[in-house]
Amino acid sequence: MISRRRILRGALGGSLVSVGLPLLDCFLDGNGQAMAATGKPMPVRFGTWFWGLGMQTQCFTPKTVGKDWELTSELEPLKDVKQHVNVFTGFDAIKDDSPNLCHFSAWATYRCGRFPSARNDITSESVDVTIARKIGGSTRFRQLDATATGNPTDSYSFSNMNSFNTPETTPTALYQRIFGDEFQDPNGDTFVKSPVAMMRQSVLSGVLEQTKDLERGLGAADRARLDQYFTGLREVENQLQHQLTKPEPIEACKVPKRPEDLIAGIDSETLSKRHKLMTDLMVMAVACDQTRIFNMVYSNAAANTTKLGLTGTHHVITHEEMIDPELGYQPMTHWFTIEAMKDFAYFIKALAAVKEGDGSLLDNVLVFAHSDHGYAKLHGLEEVPAFTAGRAGGRVKSGIHVAGNSQTVTRVPYTMIRAMGVDAPAWGAKSNRTSKEIGEILA
Amino acid sequence: MTKYFKGFGRSSRPAAAWAIGLAVAMLTVGAFAVGQGARAVAQAASDALLEPAGDVAPAKVRLLSDDQYRNTIANIFGADIDVQAKFAPVRRARGGLLAIGTTTAGIAASDAEAFHRVAYSVADQVVDPARRGQLIPCRPADEKAADPACAEQFLGRTGALLFRRPLTEAELKDAVGTSVKAANEFKDFYKGLSYALGGMLSSPKVLFVIETTEPDPNRSGAHRLTAYSLATRMSLLLWNAAPDEALLAAAASGQLHDPKVRAVQVDEMLASPRLESGVRAFFTDMLMYEDFVALAKDPTIYPNFTGRSVNDSAEQTLKTLVHHVIDKDADYRDIFTSRTTFLTPNLAPLYGVKAPSSGWARYELPADSPRQGLLMEIGFLASHSHPGRTSPTRRGKALRELLLCQHVPDPPSNVDFSIIEDPNAKFTTARERITAHNTDPVCRGCHMLTDPMGLALENFDGAGAFRTTEKGAVIDSSGGLDGVKFKDASGLAQAMHDNPATTSCLVKRVFSYGLGREPAPGDRDLMSYFEHSFAQDGYRMKALLRSLATSRAFTRADGGGQLADLSRR
Repeated sequence: MISRRRILRGALGGSLVSVGLPLLDCFLDGNGQAMAATGKPMPVRFGTWFWGLGMQTQCFTPKTVGKDWELTSELEPLKDVKQHVNVFTGFDAIKDDSPNLCHFSAWATYRCGRFPSARNDITSESVDVTIARKIGGSTRFRQLDATATGNPTDSYSFSNMNSFNTPETTPTALYQRIFGDEFQDPNGDTFVKSPVAMMRQSVLSGVLEQTKDLERGLGAADRARLDQYFTGLREVENQLQHQLTKPEPIEACKVPKRPEDLIAGIDSETLSKRHKLMTDLMVMAVACDQTRIFNMVYSNAAANTTKLGLTGTHHVITHEEMIDPELGYQPMTHWFTIEAMKDFAYFIKALAAVKEGDGSLLDNVLVFAHSDHGYAKLHGLEEVPAFTAGRAGGRVKSGIHVAGNSQTVTRVPYTMIRAMGVDAPAWGAKSNRTSKEIGEILA
Repeated sequence: MTKYFKGFGRSSRPAAAWAIGLAVAMLTVGAFAVGQGARAVAQAASDALLEPAGDVAPAKVRLLSDDQYRNTIANIFGADIDVQAKFAPVRRARGGLLAIGTTTAGIAASDAEAFHRVAYSVADQVVDPARRGQLIPCRPADEKAADPACAEQFLGRTGALLFRRPLTEAELKDAVGTSVKAANEFKDFYKGLSYALGGMLSSPKVLFVIETTEPDPNRSGAHRLTAYSLATRMSLLLWNAAPDEALLAAAASGQLHDPKVRAVQVDEMLASPRLESGVRAFFTDMLMYEDFVALAKDPTIYPNFTGRSVNDSAEQTLKTLVHHVIDKDADYRDIFTSRTTFLTPNLAPLYGVKAPSSGWARYELPADSPRQGLLMEIGFLASHSHPGRTSPTRRGKALRELLLCQHVPDPPSNVDFSIIEDPNAKFTTARERITAHNTDPVCRGCHMLTDPMGLALENFDGAGAFRTTEKGAVIDSSGGLDGVKFKDASGLAQAMHDNPATTSCLVKRVFSYGLGREPAPGDRDLMSYFEHSFAQDGYRMKALLRSLATSRAFTRADGGGQLADLSRR
């Protein structure tokens, strides 16, 4: 007997563009919103994208709000994806009585709602982790993290200050993690229950059983650390279970080629290459439903991106570059921001390029992008820029510019939390506490 | 009690390399205090009387670092096992050590995944046909079937080295049970062992070092570490790895708390080649080597400084330190003035000298060389610079924070650079730029803490190469440190050598590293005591490590986890 999967695979074996409507129909039910094979609706996914050192207000902030905003020079790279993004300007990380801890305070407030009082003062999980607990449980990976900077400490996803999620730092490592030996191709010909995975699963449940009482006598903080490890091991169990379960076919899933190794380095050219390779892999990991939560770092907080021939990093340049009296801004700093926005556009386009159902993968995704500072030169906590991209399966509208008028930045992530179905009547602390979604972007 | 330990003396060979000859040696537990280390024993006894009481802190739960994991695996199974362990980077509190960070660090799901993966990778390599003969002490009756007796021999011994204490009866039974189950499933004894070992290696009992305590029989109401936890503290400090069988045997004997027994162990450990791993790990932490991960120089400005230069310059400093404090057992302060270093073909061009033909070669800087000591090695100079130019401020800050244990405040967020941005002002050298910047009194306060030392290193460019001019102007490399003025970098080197904070900082770091905490206010007398004995010992780092590892302070802790029930074995 020839399986349906085999026929599909044959049909898909040709070029990427040849997938026609009749084929799509067999995946979709009447209204085109669900996979026919499973009858389940298309899953909604959540991603983040981070870049360092904000923007320059006069080059970045659109003049008008709502639908009809015009591209500014720093937003020009988003030209082709303007309809897919929302731009948030003028939202502040409100410090109350805490100091401005440069390259830390604002992203921490964006990610966990509370303005930290010191560099080790993060007490709760980041927004992606909260959303992962809502929607990340059923895939092979609860979340995937990658940084184009090559530095594993460049992560903005965490359970608390002592436990950051470690990003993959090279395209090859990211490939291996997702598409290595343990990957089950949803459109693969054959499926064999791996006896290795089965035995490992059995051994692992034994390990969990035998270490239950390890926490005896320990304080609450240490118990929590052990609990977290047990949670991690249960996720490994879950991954093994995925290896033992025949995956449903997914039309959008096309296993990518193993990428080439890149040289180390964070000059903008190398950084961009690495970002593109990682983006392609990450997008396919989402399309293949290996994860529903994905975090991508383009440049770190305090962006240490370099440019060949320039003596200082992006960060150093923001401090030391003269404001050009004719242009009215720092031209080299401007250049770095534009490079970041070009790569953000690449990220969005890559999601939009994957067909899913009768639309694109991006339609079923919500990306939350933000920086660590507002106005770069002053390392401001005011007007710290953010974006969303995608329509979260129709829950979010896009193409809108929202001006914050000095309201707290937390309104943006709070809106994400609500849009992703997390039950939270309010979010954040002190002046950054909010219970108001940004209604303009909710469908 | 010593079921799995007896008969194994200390050796630098992989523990599981089954040396038949050694079994005959039968070094019994009681013999530890005899023979060696008479000097150390006498010293330990007298020190114990002098040591002031310090603070008592709670027992720690430390996360094993990937290097500690790797070293432990290499010690047990041999250095040829490929350990692809890359655990989450631990976060460092400002001015603190990663070793302290490991007492609070959690472990994210992605790291549990990595840990589980590496566990099976190691297990599969251990039972590989090429290695099993050497690493597994017995042959199964039938390779295609389970053999619980042989499995028990291997798993009991290996498990103790991994868990840093003997296995309980239940643990051993579980491990053997796993091996039997998997051997039956796959019709392969060695596969069975591999699953049992993989399971052990994924256990939190390996990854988390849970310190356990017991009532201190010498001081009523007080607690101290159990002997196994003490053994682990010792081996993490001195070897950056789990204890070996001899140390576990000493712990099992119940005598490790005896200062004489401990002193003998410490001296043997200091004499072991594994000390190099310990000293490297310590300085990697103290000198914040994680900065090298992201270190890169602009190739158009510093074409001689490549990715290989990054690795080699990091290694160069470690090699120099190891040579200085272990091989030569020299005065720590001399590391700032020493003219001995090590070069590779990648580093030689940066030094402007003829390259060794390949690999590492020891190199004596000539007496008239402008370069000497740790501060003038490429690693320090390049890692505390910008990608395309020097930074006297960063160099001075690193010197204060890393080497003198002093705190330099953060710059304000809205730094005003308008003076040096002025296109009409022509600044040729870094000194001119900084001097102009520091006309602002807000900036001046902190920059005076860092710049006078950093400016003395201006004869070395952002990649660490020597120069006498910057953009055509002759460089003025005069400077000062805590009231001592000097005209160039060699004066700075001497000032660092002579600065009392140089040695008290090392004492503080070694203490924090070994105990996983900063000294508390209640430790003031204790720290003076360690500083004093460090001075008496001629500022030899090995002596400092010995003082700490043989001290009472090193054994003290409150609370903590519970030692597994080892009574039924």
